[in-house]
Amino acid sequence: MTDAGTIQVLIPTPLRQYTGGEAKVTASGDTVAVVLEDLHTRFPGIGDRIREDDGEIRRFVNVFVNGQNVRRLQGAATPVKGGDEVGIIPAMAGGQ
Amino acid sequence: MTSDPLVISPAIRDEIVAYARDHAPRECCGVIAGQDGAATQPHRLTNLEPGVSRYLCDDEEFFRVYWEIENRGESLLAVYHSHPVTVAWPSKTDVEFAFWPEAVYLICSLQVPEDPVFRGFRIVDGEISEVELG
Repeated sequence: MTDAGTIQVLIPTPLRQYTGGEAKVTASGDTVAVVLEDLHTRFPGIGDRIREDDGEIRRFVNVFVNGQNVRRLQGAATPVKGGDEVGIIPAMAGGQ
Repeated sequence: MTSDPLVISPAIRDEIVAYARDHAPRECCGVIAGQDGAATQPHRLTNLEPGVSRYLCDDEEFFRVYWEIENRGESLLAVYHSHPVTVAWPSKTDVEFAFWPEAVYLICSLQVPEDPVFRGFRIVDGEISEVELG
């Protein structure tokens, strides 16, 4: 039996409208994709701000597992386990 | 959405100008922590864009700094970047990439090098509104 465990998810201010203002919530899953789907099920709409239609992370959103950007790991397929911390943060970018 | 002024001390402004001058002709970028509309601490971030007309804050650095600010009970009040040769007004790119409606977008213009100009804006759904700086 696989216990996916509980993952802590860090929610940045621009996405707290979906979590009732909560900065830290919990979710379950064994990959980032499953955790994001669980999050979206519990907080409808939040997943659309994070994922493309194909489930990959949107270009100007970064998702971290224990402080490491999943783009440098396995993207949405990056494995997670109970006790891990998943952080989401929109990019900070612009130009003159 | 509040339109309260953002209070930034001369010391914090000087710190940002120093970073902007160090980085010219490239843009510098960073964030400002604070509480109740008063800036308390600027944080320099690395601009990953190699060119002279864009900025992209280092994502892991930004993530770490953002949660340091949150975990000490403060907020990300503002994000700043420099315009080394243009006016302190949000560019089309600034508006397109404004993903932080709660933050003030602070621009430090070095168009007149000896006279840096700061202006602050909220950018929400593509709409720009100026924020008074105190």
